[in-house]
Amino acid sequence: MFGWSGTILRVNLTTGAIRKEATNPADTAKFIGARGLGTKIMVDEVDPKVDPLSPENKLIFAPGPFSGTFAPSGGRYDVVTKGPLTGTIAASNSGGSFGPELKYAGYDLLILEGKAAKPVYLWIKDDLVEIRDASHIWGNLVPETTELLRAETDEEAKVACIGPAGEKGVLFAAIMNDMHRAAGRSGVGAVMGSKNLKAVVVVGMGAVKVADPKGFMAAVEKARAAVKLHPVGGAGLKAYGTDVLVNILNETGALPTRNFQDAHFPTANKVGGESLSEKLLVRPKGCYSCVISCGRVTKVSNPKYMGEGEGPEYEAAWCMGPDCGIDDLEAIVKTNFLCNEYGLDSITLGATIACGMDLFEAGHVTLKDTGGVDMSFGNADSLVELTRLIGNREGIGDKLALGSYRFAEGYGHPEFSMTVKKQEMPAYDPRGVQGIGLEYATSNRGGCHVRGYTIAVEVLGNGAKLDPHVTAEKPFWVKLFQDLTAAIDSTGACLFGTFGMSGEDFASMLTTLTGVSYTLDDYLKAGERIWNLERMFNLKAGFTSADDNLPERLLKCPIKTGPSKGEVSHLADMLPEYYQLRGWDEHGVPTPEKIKELALD
Amino acid sequence: MTKLLMIHPDKCTGCRNCSLACVFGHEGQFRPAGTRVHVYTWEREGFSVPMMCQQCEDASCMKVCPTGALHRAKGGEVVAYERDKCIGCRMCTMACPFGNAVYDAASGSVLKCDTCGGSPECVRFCPNGALEFVEDNISTRTRKKSFAGKFKAALKEV
Repeated sequence: MFGWSGTILRVNLTTGAIRKEATNPADTAKFIGARGLGTKIMVDEVDPKVDPLSPENKLIFAPGPFSGTFAPSGGRYDVVTKGPLTGTIAASNSGGSFGPELKYAGYDLLILEGKAAKPVYLWIKDDLVEIRDASHIWGNLVPETTELLRAETDEEAKVACIGPAGEKGVLFAAIMNDMHRAAGRSGVGAVMGSKNLKAVVVVGMGAVKVADPKGFMAAVEKARAAVKLHPVGGAGLKAYGTDVLVNILNETGALPTRNFQDAHFPTANKVGGESLSEKLLVRPKGCYSCVISCGRVTKVSNPKYMGEGEGPEYEAAWCMGPDCGIDDLEAIVKTNFLCNEYGLDSITLGATIACGMDLFEAGHVTLKDTGGVDMSFGNADSLVELTRLIGNREGIGDKLALGSYRFAEGYGHPEFSMTVKKQEMPAYDPRGVQGIGLEYATSNRGGCHVRGYTIAVEVLGNGAKLDPHVTAEKPFWVKLFQDLTAAIDSTGACLFGTFGMSGEDFASMLTTLTGVSYTLDDYLKAGERIWNLERMFNLKAGFTSADDNLPERLLKCPIKTGPSKGEVSHLADMLPEYYQLRGWDEHGVPTPEKIKELALD
Repeated sequence: MTKLLMIHPDKCTGCRNCSLACVFGHEGQFRPAGTRVHVYTWEREGFSVPMMCQQCEDASCMKVCPTGALHRAKGGEVVAYERDKCIGCRMCTMACPFGNAVYDAASGSVLKCDTCGGSPECVRFCPNGALEFVEDNISTRTRKKSFAGKFKAALKEV
């Protein structure tokens, strides 16, 4: 095969059985790879009602056809499983060099089944695959784990691993690779921990073959040029990182503040990308085959928060910053380092602490509950301390480790949790940006902005410029972006490539790489197919249209200050039209006609 | 005028587009084990350095090559490699002080930079200006000028 490696690696951790199977060309043509192909395996092989942390759940590492090529920013992989935070299908993707290395080793997918009797790691060197003891590595932070495993395998090996958070079942634990890159959301790290799997270590000496090298080169050159010329893809993200969005969203009146009590933060600039670049940035960093370099190598010299590492992204800076009422950038950067070291999803971490602070100020959580930690909004020291407690599941951290919904529910007030399907919403307030609210409500992995980033057209004016405060046309854009994103993720490409690249660019690179013809329509149709497949998994898991909802605070409590003052989310005005555009019935269930049209029957 | 490849690690983001462009240009496939440009990254510090053949004037690899497979043509800009003359003794890989001559078992040949015949793909694909293919006598100009800029800024403040 071209683009794809042609082999799927299946490892059963209960029995120790290791099998290599041929990749099915009919499946790759329909579901592309990465998120799509992984979901297809989940649907075929896993009962959607399975307990996510049981041996019956599967954990799939899935690079895409682009992974390992120089398609611009095309080196990503997805982790596909049933997520313990949400109970939905989970697909979390990550950059760095792990996904490409898995391809060079010869594998389109790595499917992990069962549960090891004791801590293990998987060592893959091309055809050689070994399950090895990891008892002596267990308990280590991510950077130490990475170095210890390289010392006993290959110093240039690529390592994807969990930290203490994943080992201890923090429901929003991440899987980390290249030390600082995260398959962050939905708790995929807790699934890995539940299988007693500390790490996957890979070295690959093989090749990704190309069907039409000349055509692929031409398509890649065109796509690269488009990114280079784009003000965000070609300049803004490298200069300031994604954190440049802090000031933009604050000026839009959609920067959620103090657990979504408001959407405007007067001192936002102190935690924005401009301040980060000026004060703590060492240099920009790129993932494998990246042409954008939004990654931030950062360092804090202040002894109180000393450390070096990467980040934060905008969403992390937001949830640890304005959402907690905090404007201390050094404390935020330190907290982000801790997330990477313990292996935590930075978004749910910050947003869960924000929810805890909200409950604390309302008197529902007391100093006795927190073990003396002052959880007032704005307390930067507590933010850092709570992150360590969560990573180690100590004290109040043991309860916060379940995410904001279960935490708030435990104190009798689930309405304080700013979640959709129990996953924390990110940094764009649905009252100030209407379309993103519909996106959160319908996202197949719960509250998430990167299933359909309508911010591109509602705020940034990328391709089109819409009024963020109106609902008209938003269902159309949400569906389009969700389908396109599903296709891009499944290709192994970075969503940020869309700051320059068009759908046609992705389709033409995929065609020339694989030799399988994709028009733009085919490509979008594949995305729609993947979206519907995920939806069908979730429906079988027990989700209904009642779960396509937003917290009451966003529907009933208007924004208090700033440019979006007085706004609430008008989700109910958009949802029926969205279902209709999707070809779903009024209960949000795909109709038989739609299922047939997408060849999912 | 002789040109050489100049690296600027301070600008390198570790993306490896250079490595990929190199091997794709030579083989039409993406096989990093077959690249002539290697990038090493220190992940804790987030620092990366691209490495490739320096085309030494007085090249150790050339001196130890028993068959003349590695040689410099009269007036040639690069240390050239002839696969047909190579006996695979790997002496060059041991002699190169930079580790920039690499034996590739898969192709049974020594991999070293040939500057793609005077138009290096690694330079063309570097998105960050971390690689330059530049005339010998001005090869340090970018670096020197960049540092001079710091003087300029410092003196302006005074």
